[in-house]
Amino acid sequence: MNNRAAALYTALALVYAFLYLPIVLLVIYSFNASRLVTVWGGFSTKWYGELMHDHQVLDAAWLSIKIALMNATLATLLGTLAAVVLVRFQRFPGRALFTGMVSAPLVMPEIITGLALLLLFVGMEHLIGWPDGRSMTTIVIAHVTFSLSFVTVVVRSRLSQMDRSLEEAAMDLGARPLTVFLRITLPIIAPSLVAGWLLAFTLSVDDVVISAFVSGPGSTPLPIVIFSKVRLGVSPEINALATIVVALVGVAIAIAGRVMMRNERASGG
Amino acid sequence: MKAVSGRAGRFLVGLAPYAWLVLFFLIPFLIVFKISLSEARMGIPPYMPLVEWADGAVAQWHISLAGYGALFSDDLYALAYLSSLRLAAIATIGCLLLGYPAAYAIARSPGHVRQPLLMLVALPFWTSFLIRVYAWIGILKNEGLLNMALQALGIIDEPLQILETDWAVSIGMIYSYLPFMILPLYATLEKMDLSLLEAAADLGCKPFKAFLAVTLPLSMPGIIAGSMLVFIPAVGEFVIPDLLGGPDTLMIGKVLWAEFFDNRDWPAASAVAVAMLVVLVVPIMAFQHFETKRAEREG
Repeated sequence: MNNRAAALYTALALVYAFLYLPIVLLVIYSFNASRLVTVWGGFSTKWYGELMHDHQVLDAAWLSIKIALMNATLATLLGTLAAVVLVRFQRFPGRALFTGMVSAPLVMPEIITGLALLLLFVGMEHLIGWPDGRSMTTIVIAHVTFSLSFVTVVVRSRLSQMDRSLEEAAMDLGARPLTVFLRITLPIIAPSLVAGWLLAFTLSVDDVVISAFVSGPGSTPLPIVIFSKVRLGVSPEINALATIVVALVGVAIAIAGRVMMRNERASGG
Repeated sequence: MKAVSGRAGRFLVGLAPYAWLVLFFLIPFLIVFKISLSEARMGIPPYMPLVEWADGAVAQWHISLAGYGALFSDDLYALAYLSSLRLAAIATIGCLLLGYPAAYAIARSPGHVRQPLLMLVALPFWTSFLIRVYAWIGILKNEGLLNMALQALGIIDEPLQILETDWAVSIGMIYSYLPFMILPLYATLEKMDLSLLEAAADLGCKPFKAFLAVTLPLSMPGIIAGSMLVFIPAVGEFVIPDLLGGPDTLMIGKVLWAEFFDNRDWPAASAVAVAMLVVLVVPIMAFQHFETKRAEREG
């Protein structure tokens, strides 16, 4: 019995090593003085310095952050509405179609979604003159379309698990549905909205394939810049950039984790 | 009065996400289908309209199956589809073999460490996918860390060619999609009623047999959900074969990319996409079916 448990935890440890080793190596080698990425040439932070002077990377990063902020906000709004529809409205015309459209983007290969959206934008521009070329707008629309599904999954599970008696009590006391939603439901599901927002943000900051289709010459987000650099081979500058991304994500997760834990405790969950 | 305003309110709540998805998800797929039937031409956009209104009211139809023609006449496409299915299947099985023991270990660990352990599985998913795939180039290449380690240990004399092979693509896909397998597996294993195993043990059933007869069948929903979440996107994967695979690595995502960005043949790219959807429609429908059932059980 103990042997079995030991084998199980060994397997678990190996899986964690598999998941984290590549990231750890990337971080270590970002401080490598040598240009040869796998030969250790001493500790150095010069690649971070070079990165700070790379305007292409900095501009792209700023654009990506703007896109991700807009995407996360819009996707959280639409994704939450979709979750409310799926959990609370049991029967309405086109429910099957709606369920399908919400869950399909979770598994749809990005390359198909990207192509489909580009063809839509080109067709629309042809018909009504909007959108005018590929820009930040088209990237945000494309990102919202695939990331709202992820928000819906997160919010939906919280919404379906919540205790409805509080809402019923408020209704009995004469509160209008909108008031009930804003003052009772929303605070209870708020942690899932935060999680959904963060998820949508990271999905957007990270997306290569869909962005490649819907971005134009004047609007190149960070993943596209990284991707074209990476295609040319491994470079220490990319390692430095990767380390910064990992650090930022780590900090964001730590904050989100604390907020959520405090909320869980406050709500007695 | 209240019922009316309630219904109007519901309508408004549902309208925004519904309209968004119809406009930006459903209609684009119809357009892909339409353009897959168009004739390619030089120009912007690089395809002919399906119908042209010449001289007032005479409709001229330009329907072409040329986009699909190549799919059947050129072996490249069939080979790419088969190779995509094969690599996606390898990735799914690899994720299952690694993910099942991990999910099982987490689900059976003491209650207070489960959430942190689960967080550790999900965490890499939150850092950049692109960067995590990129990290494997430095590990797998000939003068990379894996080959250096194997040589230092005296296991091999010559570096193994791993990068730019299907091996590298498989490793990259297993690595990238592993959290998608572990999370649903954990969800079903965690909910399992352990008294069933006790009952099996009381009746003299050996642990391994009890696993096969009780745990495995009960975790089937998780196995199916996890496998779909890995298999379907893996079939259309582009970034991983592009960065880790070699020129011989055939995957349909790469073919679509090349048709679109290199050859600028939009009808052919659309035909490839339609064919990919045809292959994936059964697993996607199955995924949706299981998801709906799961959500209903939860709700």
